[in-house]
Amino acid sequence: MITWMRRNLFRSITDSFLTILSGSLLLYVVWQALQFIFVTGRWEIIQVNLKILLVGRFPDELIYLLGLSILAIVFGISALAAGGRGTREHKSLTLLLWGLLQRFGLLIATGVLLIALGGDQESLLFGFYVIAAVAAGRIFGAIRKRTALSKLPGWAWVLINVLPALSLVFISISQAALEEWGGFLINFYLAIVSIALCFPLGVMLALGRRSALPLLRWLSTAYIELIRGAPLFVLLLLAGVALEFFIPDSITPDPIFRSVTVFTLFTAAYLAEIVRGGLQSIPKGQAEAGKALGMSATKITFLITLPQALRNVIPAQIGQFISLFKDTTLAGVALSVFELLNVGSAITKQDAFLGQGLVYESLAFVGLLFWVGSYFMSRESQRIEKKLGVGIR
Amino acid sequence: MSSLPSTPAKVPFYRNLTALKWAFQIAAVLLVFALLYWLYSNYQENISKSNIQTDLRFLDNPANFTIPGNDFDQSQPVRDAFVQGFLNTIRVSFVGIILATILGTLVGIARLSKNFMVRTLGAVYVELIRNLPLLLLITFMNLGVVLQAFPRIEDAWVPLDLFVVSNRGIAIPWYLGPSGQLALIILAAVVIAFVVGKIRVRQADKSGKQDRAWLYGILTFALILISSWMIFGYSFETPLVDGRGTTGGLRIDPSLFALLASLVIYTSSHIAEIVRGSILAVNKGQGEAADAIALSGSQKMRLIILPQAFRIAMPAIGNQYLNLIKNTSLGATISYFELTQVAQITVGNGSPAVPAFTLTLLVYLGISLITSLVVNYFNRRLALVER
Repeated sequence: MITWMRRNLFRSITDSFLTILSGSLLLYVVWQALQFIFVTGRWEIIQVNLKILLVGRFPDELIYLLGLSILAIVFGISALAAGGRGTREHKSLTLLLWGLLQRFGLLIATGVLLIALGGDQESLLFGFYVIAAVAAGRIFGAIRKRTALSKLPGWAWVLINVLPALSLVFISISQAALEEWGGFLINFYLAIVSIALCFPLGVMLALGRRSALPLLRWLSTAYIELIRGAPLFVLLLLAGVALEFFIPDSITPDPIFRSVTVFTLFTAAYLAEIVRGGLQSIPKGQAEAGKALGMSATKITFLITLPQALRNVIPAQIGQFISLFKDTTLAGVALSVFELLNVGSAITKQDAFLGQGLVYESLAFVGLLFWVGSYFMSRESQRIEKKLGVGIR
Repeated sequence: MSSLPSTPAKVPFYRNLTALKWAFQIAAVLLVFALLYWLYSNYQENISKSNIQTDLRFLDNPANFTIPGNDFDQSQPVRDAFVQGFLNTIRVSFVGIILATILGTLVGIARLSKNFMVRTLGAVYVELIRNLPLLLLITFMNLGVVLQAFPRIEDAWVPLDLFVVSNRGIAIPWYLGPSGQLALIILAAVVIAFVVGKIRVRQADKSGKQDRAWLYGILTFALILISSWMIFGYSFETPLVDGRGTTGGLRIDPSLFALLASLVIYTSSHIAEIVRGSILAVNKGQGEAADAIALSGSQKMRLIILPQAFRIAMPAIGNQYLNLIKNTSLGATISYFELTQVAQITVGNGSPAVPAFTLTLLVYLGISLITSLVVNYFNRRLALVER
């Protein structure tokens, strides 16, 4: 301990000085934060508005659909994670639990916090349901390995786990009007829908930019560079005031439609650059081997180079997703979408809380949700990066 | 191929690869143009129905709004408002890029420190800031820090009697004198100092002695600045609280401070990660070689590691600069009068939306292109010349 301190804290006089300086700064920040959280913070504003912060004005009688969707998603992810791994080195139970705690501890803590803030029996019950869904997913995954289910092709297995979640999500969308959605739900929805929609366009643009056909190359390059030179916020504003000029009168797009359009077109350009980087990292020999086998150019692209390229850039794609997730806040200011940050500022202007300086509490809560989401995803991306060994080769 | 007897002399056009490729491309281009034409015809139709301007004539109309912290008059044309907005955007970008680079580099180095406390502090800073939305930081800076935590002007903080901090903005000491002149002098001083440094390096290379070129450069810079300061009779002026405002010094508007501070904090956390990664990416042998010839810790960092790390970091940092410039558009959310805010207000005042925003986008595109040209130039200068 003393050697550690001497080596890490008090190597020389300047070092000791730095230690004391940064240590006191760190202590001060932690002290202030703890005091804010446990003593001075007035968290009633969050407790009262918890529902509106999380799901907006989503109709109460349909919330069970959202709950079911979350459970289905958790179940599917858990089952896929259990079934996906072939061999696993034998670890002791403590090590396994410790690893799980490191990976999911933050999410679990946030979940517990939300349940505590919700403070009723239903939220507690829902917490148990989530745990049950995780366990059921693991068991389902284990069943697959041991029984005839293992003969199913991979895509069918993925479909079995993804389909219930997807269909539930679609049911929720069709049951409750999109205008009634809000809060964190909207941020999540915008990010996921936009990333899914921008994928085909992004990959097409990347292929176009690397294509040997000059016209296609110019078109793709022009699109990518134009979009990358424009601020997202201005594009959103433009969509807010100018989109109706460019489409027939019969369509009146709502703000969510507008923001999804802009996020998709915007992210596609960035995704294209990421995929292009991936394509460039594939050694020439791969395509040449394909040629030697007599494959057509299309087949070489879609069966050999593109899959490898997409796999190599998974961490960068997650990074793009994180930044899209954070950028969904812009839709609130630019298009008055009722997303989390917008809700967070709006609740401080409610009659009961007006002019009490509760900005800190509401922004802290909003920041916490975004921070946990982004941090969790970036940690997972680092894990995948290590697993793929992308940075090492 | 053609010499083989089995292939037919003439390939039918539907099997001719060149023809197919061109047909495919032309089809794709036609598709894109059809889409554009569809949008354009909708635009024309909607325009003719609602009788809206489509050209840039609106730039000559009176602006009908004022810009705080600026002697812009509301009878001046919209064109001038756009120019002021452009200048404000450039101002924030320029200062922001410099500050974010300095802070980011320091934090990046701190994250690799041997000192546990410094390392932890750096890690907390980076991980905390990087995973928050920029808009949240800006909102927090504006509502939470400037408007709520800063005192009212009556009981403003006056640290060292040099600054005045209140919720009406921050005033810092500033020189008295024509601003263009001083900028020119500083520019000239930088150029001359650079030339002197180069000459010193060349001499040192010849004589084989230690160069100390940067010392000479800084001395030259300081000498020119101080002498011209005295010749032209500039003086410093410290700000004073004066009733409901401040006099003297340079006043930084609350919204400008909030925007600048959050942009610098946000971008520096990203730059710190890039700097850290680049320092780690420098070949280990380089540091060991520096140890072997007994360079001190700071010499090793300054002369061996950092120059090579910056070569690796340059493209990524350039991207961050571009992001910072584009993110200045978020100043519009806290009413800082940069380009986007000007466009938004003038559209609200009745200027046609499509031309106004297209103009704004084109200006941003221009700034981005010029910045990336500059970054690419330095990148090429720094890049390792390989065989």
